[in-house]
Amino acid sequence: MKEKEKGSVIKLVDLSFAYPSRDYVFKKFNFDFFKGERIGLVGLNGSGKTTLFHLIMGLLNPSGGKIEIFGKERKVENDFVEVREKIGLVFQDPDDQLFSPTVAEDIAFGPLNLRKNHQETKEILKETLETLGLAGFEDRITYNLSYGEKRLVSLATVWAMQPEILLLDEPTIWLDEGTIEKIVQILNSHPHLSYIIISHDKKFLKETTNYTYLMDNGKINKKYVSVNFSGVVRGKNIIY
Amino acid sequence: MIKEKFSEGDSLLHRLDPRVKIIVALFFSVIVAVTDKYTSLSVALLFAVGAVAVARLETKEIISRLLVVNSFIFLLWLMLPFTFPGKNIYTLGPLNISQEGIKYALLITIKSNSIILAGIALLSTSSIFNLVHALRHLHLPDKLVQLFFFTYRYIHTIHSEYIRLNNALKIRGFKAQTNLHTYKTYAYLVGMMLVRSYDRSKRVYNAMLCRGFKGKLWTLNHFVFKKSDFVTGMVMISCIMGLVLLP
Repeated sequence: MKEKEKGSVIKLVDLSFAYPSRDYVFKKFNFDFFKGERIGLVGLNGSGKTTLFHLIMGLLNPSGGKIEIFGKERKVENDFVEVREKIGLVFQDPDDQLFSPTVAEDIAFGPLNLRKNHQETKEILKETLETLGLAGFEDRITYNLSYGEKRLVSLATVWAMQPEILLLDEPTIWLDEGTIEKIVQILNSHPHLSYIIISHDKKFLKETTNYTYLMDNGKINKKYVSVNFSGVVRGKNIIY
Repeated sequence: MIKEKFSEGDSLLHRLDPRVKIIVALFFSVIVAVTDKYTSLSVALLFAVGAVAVARLETKEIISRLLVVNSFIFLLWLMLPFTFPGKNIYTLGPLNISQEGIKYALLITIKSNSIILAGIALLSTSSIFNLVHALRHLHLPDKLVQLFFFTYRYIHTIHSEYIRLNNALKIRGFKAQTNLHTYKTYAYLVGMMLVRSYDRSKRVYNAMLCRGFKGKLWTLNHFVFKKSDFVTGMVMISCIMGLVLLP
């Protein structure tokens, strides 16, 4: 609770967004995310879950409203540079994420962009691979990995940037149970990490998040859908 | 995946620093392009063939690449001897074959084959990623380096998009025939391929932005410029300079 008094790290105020020639995805949308929170988002296809992530990362521009991240208003491309350094978004499709020939180079891409020096980058690389159970994958060619491996490496590429908040878009989709279990363990062994997970996998959300929220018609239904393993019920408007 | 087949070997040329290779290839190409002496050009062609031999690349693969280039040159042979003004050596019906025309076509043939062979031996023995980094280290403007890298990257993307769509056609029993259905399907395929690769390229770029990409590609593995790189480079450059001095 103390954490929350400091204010939210992601604050969306009256945000509106529509894709060209389509109806509003968000109309006067409000959302707060606090440090230390681990929440799940469920909702029908097309309810705006991925769009929400892209708005937070500055990949899409809202038509109205305000985005405040880490206490600063974020408006133009340059404002989001800092956001992207501290919030890690893992894309749904690993083929969008991986573009370097080798696993090592792809994972190093983020840290090198953060201007870590060589020694640091190599250390981060080693640590990341070990944490995610990918030791020995350094020189594997990214396009020759299996789908599950690609998903883990995608996570690793973002993990290596040591983000404060992770945004995971359907991290378990098309993965076998073993790999899902691995992701659950990774997330749960880092209790200080905050994240938002979009998923349709209820079991996975139950194991990794404190609350699950329903996205519906461009609104986050503030009534919780479920309180998961360590959740405390704080009235109906659970976000506040 | 576009395979960089030639870059996988392990020969003297594969191990050579890509920066040296780029400089030598550039130097060679310029010299060959501006020289008009047959002796120099023949020796240059020999050099290029020799370099390919040193790189120990698959002959079949090289011939198939040369065929592509030479099919364009073949068109020149169809045109130049008949149109280039000069001494008439043979008359073929209404057409006159000129000696200068043949010489000129021959010159172009030797030049382009030498440059292509040298390019194969020197440049395709490095992976694209290494070439990109080498260009960066040679202080080529970032924009040009990225243009090169992303062209490669997205040709790959379009190619894999093509394979995916083509598989989707195949599994539903599509067979190419000479009919409207086939043309229409191929038109859709091409259209879809472009739209989808455009979308994907945007997503890849977004993913890069999310990982702090600010317009510069940094290298993980730096090249180590060895003494042997310097020596090999100097020997090659001297040989190329020697070409010009030939009578």
